[in-house]
Amino acid sequence: MTYQEKKSIVSLISTILIFTVYCLYKYPQYPEAALDSTETFHYWGSFVLVLTVVSIAAHIVISIVFNIVFRMTTGEKEPSFADELDKRIDLLAFRNSFAVFVIGFLLAMGSLVMDQPSKTMFIILIASGFLSDVTGSLSRLYHYRRGI
Amino acid sequence: MGKNFVGNHIRKLRFNHNEMTQQQLADMAGVTRQTIVALEKGNYSPSLELAFRIAYAFNLPLEEVFFYGGNTEED
Repeated sequence: MTYQEKKSIVSLISTILIFTVYCLYKYPQYPEAALDSTETFHYWGSFVLVLTVVSIAAHIVISIVFNIVFRMTTGEKEPSFADELDKRIDLLAFRNSFAVFVIGFLLAMGSLVMDQPSKTMFIILIASGFLSDVTGSLSRLYHYRRGI
Repeated sequence: MGKNFVGNHIRKLRFNHNEMTQQQLADMAGVTRQTIVALEKGNYSPSLELAFRIAYAFNLPLEEVFFYGGNTEED
């Protein structure tokens, strides 16, 4: 298995782990009593912002640890640049990831049209963000294994 | 993926050029080793520029390295 394939798998697992752990920690803090008040909007705003910051920080740390482990176990250095194959795979992964997020965004807006509470809309938005991230990692893995 | 119609003789040419490693060819062509692996497996059709760089690395004309009409190496 190549460096890029391993990196895609690590990215996929870390995305799922970070999101699951964060949701398990943060979701019980949802202000159930305050329906659609500023308190709930504050909660969802902080949910997304903190998730973004935590996710970026965790991905950086995991990436550094992965590179160190990769060097130690294989004795190879990780590629220092992205060539044309990497760039094409990145573009394909971004396209798939973006498509999933747009579908989620439209579903979230649809939930508002169908008079669902704002909680539903935020949950769909956050879930689509997570699924788009997973789709990106899976697309990368697929194209590195099967080609383009 | 079954739609790659640009084949190549890279594996054979590497062997004929003092058993050049994939990493050596990758360094000469300015790509990662993974890209050379994908090319040899027939999983990737290179850009025209990369095709020329690989042909240049072997000091051969383009058509002696790449061919049209198959998804695996002919030899």
